[in-house]
Amino acid sequence: MKSSKKTKSLSVMRYRFILGVMLLAAVALSGRMVSLQVLDRDFLKQQGDARTVRVESVPAHRGMILDRYGEPLALSTPVQTVWADPQTLSSETSNLPALAALLELPTEELQARLARHATREFMYLKRRLDPDVAEQVQGLGIPGVHLMREYRRYYPAGEVSAHVLGLTNIDDHGQEGVELAYNEWLQGLPGKKRVMRDRLGRTIKDLESIKEPRAGNHLHLSLDYAIQYLAYRELKVAVQRNQAESGSVVVLDVHTGEVLAMANQPSFNPNSTIGGFQGNLRNRAVTDLFEPGSTIKPFSIAAALESGVFTPDAVIDTSPGRITLANYTIRDARDYGKLDMANLIEKSSNVGMIKLAQALPPEKILTTYQRLGLGMNTGSGFPGERIGNLPSRLPNHPVEQAALSYGYGLSVTALQLAQAYTAIAAEGIMPSISLLRVDKPATRTQALDPGVARQVLMMMEAAVAEGTGTRAQVPGYRVAGKTGTARKASGGGYAEDKYIASFVGIAPASAPRFVVIVVINDPQADHYSGSRVAAPVAGQVMGGVLRLLNIMPDAISPKEKEAAPGVPPAMPSQPSPPVQWVKNNVRTVSLEVSQ
Amino acid sequence: MTMLGVTMWQHNFASPLTSMQDQRRRSVWQKLHIDWPLLLALMIVIGVSLLSLYSSSDSNLWLKQVVHLCLALCLMFLCAQIPIHYYKLVTPWVFVATLLLLITVLVIGYTGHGARRWINLGFMRFQPAETMKLMVPMMLCWYLSDRALPPRGKVLLIAGVIIMVPFLLVAKQPDLGTALLIIASGAFVLLLAGISWKFVGSVLGLAALSAPVLWYLMHGYQRQRVLTFLNPESDPLGSGYHIIQSKIAIGSGGWFGKGWGNGTQSNLDFLPERSTDFVFAVFSEEFGLLGILCLLLVYLFIIFRGLTIGAQAQDTFSRLLAGSISLTFFVYLFVNIGMVTGLLPVVGLPMPLFSYGGSSMVTLLAGFGILMSIRTHRKLLTS
Repeated sequence: MKSSKKTKSLSVMRYRFILGVMLLAAVALSGRMVSLQVLDRDFLKQQGDARTVRVESVPAHRGMILDRYGEPLALSTPVQTVWADPQTLSSETSNLPALAALLELPTEELQARLARHATREFMYLKRRLDPDVAEQVQGLGIPGVHLMREYRRYYPAGEVSAHVLGLTNIDDHGQEGVELAYNEWLQGLPGKKRVMRDRLGRTIKDLESIKEPRAGNHLHLSLDYAIQYLAYRELKVAVQRNQAESGSVVVLDVHTGEVLAMANQPSFNPNSTIGGFQGNLRNRAVTDLFEPGSTIKPFSIAAALESGVFTPDAVIDTSPGRITLANYTIRDARDYGKLDMANLIEKSSNVGMIKLAQALPPEKILTTYQRLGLGMNTGSGFPGERIGNLPSRLPNHPVEQAALSYGYGLSVTALQLAQAYTAIAAEGIMPSISLLRVDKPATRTQALDPGVARQVLMMMEAAVAEGTGTRAQVPGYRVAGKTGTARKASGGGYAEDKYIASFVGIAPASAPRFVVIVVINDPQADHYSGSRVAAPVAGQVMGGVLRLLNIMPDAISPKEKEAAPGVPPAMPSQPSPPVQWVKNNVRTVSLEVSQ
Repeated sequence: MTMLGVTMWQHNFASPLTSMQDQRRRSVWQKLHIDWPLLLALMIVIGVSLLSLYSSSDSNLWLKQVVHLCLALCLMFLCAQIPIHYYKLVTPWVFVATLLLLITVLVIGYTGHGARRWINLGFMRFQPAETMKLMVPMMLCWYLSDRALPPRGKVLLIAGVIIMVPFLLVAKQPDLGTALLIIASGAFVLLLAGISWKFVGSVLGLAALSAPVLWYLMHGYQRQRVLTFLNPESDPLGSGYHIIQSKIAIGSGGWFGKGWGNGTQSNLDFLPERSTDFVFAVFSEEFGLLGILCLLLVYLFIIFRGLTIGAQAQDTFSRLLAGSISLTFFVYLFVNIGMVTGLLPVVGLPMPLFSYGGSSMVTLLAGFGILMSIRTHRKLLTS
């Protein structure tokens, strides 16, 4: 009994002791909690955030490039880029082959790249992946593999407007063409946001936006997509048919100086990721210089008429079809006999031009060219545009002096020449060139006397009606134009069998709206002359543009108009077959050539 | 809720023997052999644990845990129905059987996570060490119940063998956490049986002296855990990773927590073992200091309730057993929370009643069933 009582009291003491120890332990735990959750809280919270919260750059949407009616020519679509943290993703990771397969890379190459960048924290694995493939990559759940949103540029019109639009590089910066010229305008400002990432680096949720990305601005070009497409198609057909090296077409609005179309051959597919465009990237209409040859003659005539020495009816005797200057003989195709000013353009007589020039004050032709902007900037602002070569002083050599009058000894770009022709088309007023949609040009210059411009225009109309430019005729419309067949400069002299065939057309001649220039470089098929090679292309383009711009036929008497079913009814200014066609063929734009 | 519980406890403490009034009020629970304050507290903890499991795992882990719980609760009710003298009757046999199973495990056991702990029964994996957590104190109580207390000499020696043999077998698996709990449960029985402080002191002194030997005997990963405990930042991506992430989770909870389901450390996969050993960190991050203190109070109530049951038990076996079960439960909790908060080295013990897992839940609730049996099978009219 005594022992039991002792045991019992002992037991109670033990209980109390144990309870005390337990309470102490509980207090210790609570103290630890307070220390972690109250005292160290900020530090630990910051540590936690450091593990989960990241600042990400938000790419800005690059602005669209649109044609004058809002048809998209270049647009950015979101894509996913896969990147890796090589410190997490080692080359020994087990599902590396699966990753390599999705990225279409050889496993060994991936391993080698990972090993090479082992000390880095960032490495692109593959850029611009289709979203569904990116999803599969994410599905693998490999630590250290992350996705990043980027934009990829698509060019719905493909090769049709490739040269004007240019290209962006993989970082979405403009590299060529309009993309480069207006890069700042198109490019937005990337934003920043705070996001939460899990252990594998996947972004779980957006916490806050630090800085909203500012999307780039849209850019309205002066191009009319329908005209651009038409010009490109006709040019491509012509270059192939004539086995030419290259070619350019430019269509200008004579009043605003807007470029309605600018196409070149050979072209490239800007949507291709393979590259290898090499020389095809050049926008030849503004970068390639050529000696204009006969297409310059209307300006020599204009100079002659302006000087007052000649009237439109003045007659020049070109017999016997050749002329010798300082032991150098210049010939016409044949003996044209006596020619008035209109005939001079119509027949394109070199001998007549030399005689004309000799009768003028020596500087007259050169200064006329200068007023027409030859050898100067067109104002288009296109990157890499050339200004051509026009002598600043009159050459001393009589042959060189004379050559200026019929288009040698100076070089121009297709765009430049087309711009000069706007002066003839618009009563002597020449606008600055714009690749953007404008209501009126930045500058206008009175380059020619209005009356003289009208007279030269009529002469050019005759050249199409019954001279060298007959193949440029458009049924139902009055068209003015001038052919050119220049020998290509080669080495110190001129190549025997290489020519540049050109044609500049103005339509409609009754009230000019646009200028079309066609330049075909080195046609190697049956023909080489501007009249045979370039004029038909210009005719096709002008005919198309007249209809696209809904311009009333001006070569039909009212009576005929009623009876003529062949004249198409008014078309909407923006016909859509080519546009629709392009939308369905965004990736691979290729034009079939129907011979 | 907690206030009510505390009042109950004080009330019971004040009147060790149940009054007639008391008996009438609790007659239904009495018949069911359920101690309702204990049951209520258990259900609160389990309910909160399911919330945390739901939040911490993407899969339907919490549903699986509900299945475990149903099994374990059934077992608890079953254990509560059996009068305590039956336990006393079968204890030696079950102890020996469990010991044999432990040896079997070492020979043919199923290996998982680098340790041989399980016997595969086909439909489930059975962990004899879990059962041992209960069997060691029961065996000790059985052995000491008929002997003069406090134990001395030969009795103490045999008691030591009863503790050390299962301990060594479990430690060999290796399962250090469970082995420590086995030692603790045995030690509590001896402590409650009244062994002299001198003896306790000398054992502790011996243990301290043998620490270098223990270090030598430890597995590589166990040494690493101790080193990591001493300086977790030494290897933040390796062995220190668990504890750093867990401290961050707890710390970022603050006073009121981030709210249920909003814990970033746990939901974003940073916290390892977040459904099992480190579930407390998930709870802390989401419910904050306030939530933790409430939860700890409920836990403490469970322990006090168990100790009260022990204090009011009518025979040595029951008294020692109830005390040991309650105190072991406390050690269990303390080691887990200490580990998750970085107070103690990582020993791989789940949080009792809270972590995902079937075996531990079954053993724990079986223990509480025994407590209820002790409570409800008292002979009420003796004084």
